[in-house]
Amino acid sequence: MIYDISITALIFFCIFVGLVLGLSFYFGRKKSDSSSYYAAGGQIHWAVNGIAFAGDYLSAASFLGICGMIAIAGFDGFLYAIGFLAGWIVALFLIAEPFKRLGKYTFTDALNAKFNSRAITLAASVSTLIISVFYLIPQMVGAGDLVMPLLSLPHWAGVILVGAIVIAIVASAGMASTTYVQFLKGGLLIILSIILTAYILKNGLTLSPGGKDNPYHKFITLTPQVEGDQVTAVPHWEVVSQQTVANKTFVKLSQNGVERWFYLTDKDGKQSLKETLTIVQKANGEKLYNGETKDKRKFYQVGHLSKIVVNGKEVERTGAVGPFEFLSTIKESEVVRFLQTKVTDGTDQVAIYYPENIAGAKFMLPGLKYKIGSDASLWSKLDFVSLMLALFLGTAALPHILIRYYTVKTPRDARKSTILAIAAIGGFYILTLFIGLGAGVNGVLDVESSNMAAPLLAKAFGAVLFSIISAVAFATVLGTVAGLIVASSGAIAHDFIDIYLKKNLTDDKKVKVGKIAAVVVGVFAILLGMAFKGINVSFLVGWAFAIAASANLPAILFLLFWKRTSSTGISASIVVGIVASLAIILTSPTMWDKYGLGAENSMHQMENPALISFPLAVLTVYVFSILYPKKGVKELTNN
Amino acid sequence: MHVNSTTEEREIVTRQKSKLGVRLFFIYLICYAGFVALGVFNYELLSTTVFSGLNLAVVYGIGLIVFAVIMGIIYNYYCTKYEDDAEKADALTKEEAR
Repeated sequence: MIYDISITALIFFCIFVGLVLGLSFYFGRKKSDSSSYYAAGGQIHWAVNGIAFAGDYLSAASFLGICGMIAIAGFDGFLYAIGFLAGWIVALFLIAEPFKRLGKYTFTDALNAKFNSRAITLAASVSTLIISVFYLIPQMVGAGDLVMPLLSLPHWAGVILVGAIVIAIVASAGMASTTYVQFLKGGLLIILSIILTAYILKNGLTLSPGGKDNPYHKFITLTPQVEGDQVTAVPHWEVVSQQTVANKTFVKLSQNGVERWFYLTDKDGKQSLKETLTIVQKANGEKLYNGETKDKRKFYQVGHLSKIVVNGKEVERTGAVGPFEFLSTIKESEVVRFLQTKVTDGTDQVAIYYPENIAGAKFMLPGLKYKIGSDASLWSKLDFVSLMLALFLGTAALPHILIRYYTVKTPRDARKSTILAIAAIGGFYILTLFIGLGAGVNGVLDVESSNMAAPLLAKAFGAVLFSIISAVAFATVLGTVAGLIVASSGAIAHDFIDIYLKKNLTDDKKVKVGKIAAVVVGVFAILLGMAFKGINVSFLVGWAFAIAASANLPAILFLLFWKRTSSTGISASIVVGIVASLAIILTSPTMWDKYGLGAENSMHQMENPALISFPLAVLTVYVFSILYPKKGVKELTNN
Repeated sequence: MHVNSTTEEREIVTRQKSKLGVRLFFIYLICYAGFVALGVFNYELLSTTVFSGLNLAVVYGIGLIVFAVIMGIIYNYYCTKYEDDAEKADALTKEEAR
């Protein structure tokens, strides 16, 4: 995508980042000992904590990822919203209160409250670290996507920017700051989503999206002469070459020295060539957007309706619509989405984004990303079940969410916090359906990354709304990254060095080690954020959920609900959960594509590991607890 | 299990809450699994229009979100009730002891 820098956005952005940093330093000055660094000393009001919970949870994955995936894959994006929220049920009903009674500051402490086992400490701190890192990747990818239109910076610059700011926040303050920052940001995110949804409904649906100053590109269709399956001539264009990839034929045409690619379609025996978007990577490093250099600005935003049907009649536009009417009208209409494919043309690498008309009825059903219809393969059905399982079981096992259970005084408050969070998050997720679909049909999508759907939709409604939403989204990423880095630095400094290595650090030293750990994890996250550019952030978060569900949840559940659970069982289950889920992820089609080996050649077709790794971890904790029963158990004392 | 050793009543409350939580969890689990099972085994049913022009997929999906919030509120109501009842009973016992 080609972006201009926006001065308004820049100003709001700076104000926001300044505010976030200011708050951090203000609260940072108040704290003194290690307990306030990790868990704000158990002093935070439940309502503040509840919205902060929501702020924590509504990370880049929710706001950027879900909206983006709904915009390009319809209902399949909403599956993430359903699963992410359902996960809170596990957290609230099974984990929240017992956990609050068990622990001190970190997940490891809670797991270890009964056993005081060094093996558990080690396994749990490693799992906290790995889950945090996997959760950090999408945040960083989202950050990079965000700054591209905001500051007209390349992706990597955004990743470094976020990394640097967060390292500064965490190293200077700690949890107290992030709770208030998360509260502020969680509240704002919900308010802004309501405003954005109101705009979408007020504008209704139209065949010609885009305002007067920023009209939507009219994609052209040409009628070619075809002999056999070869395009021989096209009026006003010169035919250059033709390529077929995965049963789709693309034709390279030239006009006034500019080369463009068209997608050959056949409808009822009538062939036509549809305009596509292309990015050509030349061997000499030059990049061409639709056959021309970047400064010509010939690259377009996409996503529109090709047909709007209201009460059985085709219309140009609907005008303002109600929420149900909005959803049902899209269901009756026809959506045009752009899919990506890659071809090699001589020495050039060509990314082609071609249009596909899809019935609204299909767009409003699962199946565009996770194929589950009657013709779907067993693998893709299992993948769907695996994803839903990971989302359901992952929430309760995320280390940076669990930390918030300790920031309020009583189990009663923890419960109220959690319910407020569920209500806020649930409301927000229902709005993502509208925002995502709105982005999908209002001609605002960037074909290179689905993650920017929501902010770019806001941009179509006005520069101010865009700037505020981008700034909040950026603060969202900042807050989440900060929370994750606190969790992982806690795992290293508190669990690993202090408890596992028995260094008995002084309070001062503990904070210092925590800060050094924070910097190291931050730098690592920056590097990974650059490596995963262009992948939908919700999809990436799905992995973090799967690892959390496999590594942590069986251990927690058995500890809470099965008296015979032994420390060996717990540590073995954590290790098996991590190893199994990581192994499946690292050999998945998406990773194979990242390694440059081609997704179709991967060792298996599972994108999400939970369906295999979670049962394995459950089995492990059971079998190992039977084989190695607990001995000399320190009875749980309550404080 | 969750041991809470302060008073006899308190332990009962803990057990009551835990039982309630597990029950509500299974109710939700069945609803959630129902959605996933529909997707896998009877995908076509999800496209049926059920309400105000919306298909079953959208209604079920939004329904799961709203249902989670409702269950949360129910859970909180009963937990608070158990705790309050226990506290009242506690206070009564103390008064009687005096």
